[in-house]
Amino acid sequence: MPEEIKAHITGVVFQITAKPGDRVAAGDAVIVLESMKMEIPVEAPRAGIVKEIKVQEGQTVQEGDVVAVLE
Amino acid sequence: MFGTVLVANRGEIARRIIRACRQLGLKTVAVHSEADRGAPHARDADISVEIGGAAARESYLNTDRILQAARQTRADAIHPGYGFLSESWRFAESVRQAGIVFIGPGPDAIRRMGDKIEARRLMTAAGVSVLPGSLDAVGDVARAQAIAADIGYPVILKAAAGGGGIGMARVDKPADLAAAFAAATRRAQAAFGSGDLYVERYVERPRHVEVQVFGDDRGTVVHMHERECSIQRRHQKLVEESPAPRLPPATKEGLTAAAVAGARAIGYTNAGTMEFLVDEGGGFYFLEMNARLQVEHPVTEEVTGLDLVLAQLRVAAGEPLPWGQSEIVQRRAAIECRVYAEDPSKGFLPSPGTIQKLELPSGDGIRIESGVEAGSTVSVHYDPLLLKLVTHGDTRAQALERMIDALDRSVIEGVRTTIPFLRRVVGSAEFREGRVHTQMLEQGAFNA
Repeated sequence: MPEEIKAHITGVVFQITAKPGDRVAAGDAVIVLESMKMEIPVEAPRAGIVKEIKVQEGQTVQEGDVVAVLE
Repeated sequence: MFGTVLVANRGEIARRIIRACRQLGLKTVAVHSEADRGAPHARDADISVEIGGAAARESYLNTDRILQAARQTRADAIHPGYGFLSESWRFAESVRQAGIVFIGPGPDAIRRMGDKIEARRLMTAAGVSVLPGSLDAVGDVARAQAIAADIGYPVILKAAAGGGGIGMARVDKPADLAAAFAAATRRAQAAFGSGDLYVERYVERPRHVEVQVFGDDRGTVVHMHERECSIQRRHQKLVEESPAPRLPPATKEGLTAAAVAGARAIGYTNAGTMEFLVDEGGGFYFLEMNARLQVEHPVTEEVTGLDLVLAQLRVAAGEPLPWGQSEIVQRRAAIECRVYAEDPSKGFLPSPGTIQKLELPSGDGIRIESGVEAGSTVSVHYDPLLLKLVTHGDTRAQALERMIDALDRSVIEGVRTTIPFLRRVVGSAEFREGRVHTQMLEQGAFNA
């Protein structure tokens, strides 16, 4: 079942730490958001393979936006 | 005195500085980003200049644009506030080279205090005690292991170029050192462009106590007593107060003497703060110097009845310090609570948004320094500090009672804030009794 990973806060994409095809464990950071001078990782909710990264570095995302999809 | 002062900052501190300038009859210039068009600080000033995009590096961190705005408005002095460019010696140097007065310490003092290893070395030479640890950057794990074995575990690894807790790692035993060293180097490199680390003894349940100092260009240095700032999250302060409760008199004397000796040793001018860790036995160790005005300066102002920002302007203009050491007395007690747009129930995650409603208390002993108003947008681009609540009283109990009342009467809707958390802190038995240390938050002391 594909699963969407959503941003839990509003911020700017500071770093993308996984790419499509990467195997991630639950709790691994997929992207890092920067918000109010803090770097906040957006983590994979479960183990899986990254199917798609839907954002680019520097892009602003809102809370609830889908940032990546797990296979 | 100057004619026109440009304030290279935003939010509450820009408003605070503009107010002080106005008291001295000076013309004020605000700079603002695109995102801060129409912001309170921009409206407060006589002139406001848009200097660039929302991202701080395009505006509030953009030296060229700030200097351009200064030339355009014929500003003859620049106040950097705190954060942004306030501790950039290159900025201070550029301001000076442009023929404009930098309201703060000289670039040399900023540079030397900004390098944590250099600062430790200078303070050791001045006779100020520092935590046992490496005096130089530790290049490799083997050296770190040797030093850690020498000073004893637990130790803490810190970024030499760092601040705000980034790149810090506690190591409890030799087996954990290598992995922690690699991770801390990586984080320091990413955050500060330098992976240099140093190793220090880790103190259990320390208090963070700092001393406000002030120097002028005649070589006079005074202290303005201490502030207790142990309530922190992510190594950043949330609550500050003065006098520090339960501070042994000998420790207090030692701290203030060390702060003055340290500042004097580097020829420090203008306002600065010497930060110390105080251990459970009352021993104290120099942490770092903040070569600028502090967020929590109003605590000292309320306790002493003296205005630090007015003094900054006068001293930067070449006047002597407006007060001697004997005139600087802790007359009252004061507490500051920092209201951040953060969600304490979610580990202090940022909470950007629009402030829908803002009701703030007023009354005896209450002072508010706010950068926002109803309708303000709290952007992701800047520090989440919204406002500071400061209360004072003849006694600590009175200041505390007023703070509890002030927090209860503060209403902010539209973003999550630290208010509920602050209310739990000031209402707790530990805080009331002054039994605080810097590790309380991570230990869950004030969880709902």
